[in-house]
Amino acid sequence: MKSLLAQEHLLSKSTEQLHVLNQNGFAKFRDKLTGIGLNPLKPTSIDIFQMNVGKMCNQTCKHCHVDAGPDRKEIMTKQTMQTCLEILSKHDIPIVDITGGAPEMNPNFRWFVEEVKKLGKHILVRCNLTIILAGKSYHSLPEFFAKHHVEIVSSLPHYTKFRTDRQRGDGVFDKSIEALTMLNNVGYGLEDSGLMLNLVYNPTGAILPGPQKTLQDEYKLKLKQEFGIMFNNLFVITNLPISRFLDYLLVSGNYHDYMSQLIDAFNPAAALGVMCRNTLSIGWDGYIYDCDFNQMLDMKVQGTSTHISEFDLEALSNRDIAVNQHCFGCTAGLGSSCGGQMV
Amino acid sequence: METYYNPDDLKKFSHIGEFQKSMADKFFQYYGEVFKDGTLTEREKSLIALGVAHALQCPYCIDAYTSSSLEKGCTEEQMMEAVHVAGAIRGGATLAHGVQMMNQTKKLMM
Ligand code: SF4
Ligand code: SF4
Repeated sequence: MKSLLAQEHLLSKSTEQLHVLNQNGFAKFRDKLTGIGLNPLKPTSIDIFQMNVGKMCNQTCKHCHVDAGPDRKEIMTKQTMQTCLEILSKHDIPIVDITGGAPEMNPNFRWFVEEVKKLGKHILVRCNLTIILAGKSYHSLPEFFAKHHVEIVSSLPHYTKFRTDRQRGDGVFDKSIEALTMLNNVGYGLEDSGLMLNLVYNPTGAILPGPQKTLQDEYKLKLKQEFGIMFNNLFVITNLPISRFLDYLLVSGNYHDYMSQLIDAFNPAAALGVMCRNTLSIGWDGYIYDCDFNQMLDMKVQGTSTHISEFDLEALSNRDIAVNQHCFGCTAGLGSSCGGQMV
Repeated sequence: METYYNPDDLKKFSHIGEFQKSMADKFFQYYGEVFKDGTLTEREKSLIALGVAHALQCPYCIDAYTSSSLEKGCTEEQMMEAVHVAGAIRGGATLAHGVQMMNQTKKLMM
């Protein structure tokens, strides 16, 4: 499967995605915020510095909001990483969340992790698991992660091969299980090891996710019983209607019902806790966004500090967060963020 | 085309209180309580509801509890097993009444 960009698909353009999302007379996200006194949406604090270090990935998952894949060449340079390190050394932002694509495919990934660790920050890497088996040079990733006490967050959309492979590609489930075993073998996910291994569940289709606790109990039981695998927490994430998932919704005829479901399930408590209120998202080219979703929609932060070369924490802490219709994915039901449900 | 069952009507289920509010309120409160985690999990209750929906052949309930079971992480196989449970009970109930037919036949016939 190719990325939407490589297919020259209309939806590879963010303007087209926003156009689709704003059709059909659905209730507006901004009006919902106004209704609960949250417009304009403002940051609470900036605790997480999320960096998308490149769109290249060894997988091409059907739902990917990044439209990542082996054919994507956008990669963060060492120079841009260096500027991020300078920012991180000057500011008290405790968590660095490294994502992609497959962030490990960035040639400067290991160097960057080591440098961030020297600054005493907590590091979180969104590892797709199969990358660990994608080539010899990646086999030592579990030991590398353990050495630097990196928190691992990995997608496993289901504990069955059928569902996982349908979303992430043939053979992904078996490789993911193998990679999880390698991570367990160096201590990840084991009680008292201090090495955190969190899994991510997101639905394989046009449905909302159920409660995190129910799913986590089921995952823990099945993965332990069938494969002897341990992990810490399950983060339950709603698929946002953008990029390849938006394409899937439209092609499968589920777009209207899915959007209606998200809007009907708007939860003010979830809106209070959306992740853009304590996160900054940095693109591969150094531009700053409110979250990784806005980044993929090319919706840069509002105000003067839109690029890391002119980073101004004060201005960013007081910005109005840019919202649009896709935001309904973060506020539906129990809410959804990179750290799972919030309510 | 007009049909007796309209999928959009499922969304209007909560409107039944428009004609009789107090009973509807009590029903929805009870309904919500029934489907909460108890000694059975929400997940198990969804699968039971899915089976019952098939036994009652209610298209609204089938749609609703297909989504609900999927949302709670149930697999296709588990959902079909729930439908088979409903099928087995329906079939069994029909056949068990065959005993009544046999009793009556034996009583009437020489
Ligand atoms: S969802 Fe993750 S693993 Fe899958 S293609 Fe996108 S970035 Fe790669
Ligand atoms: S999509 Fe981004 S900007 Fe919108 S609510 Fe979610 S985190 Fe915030």
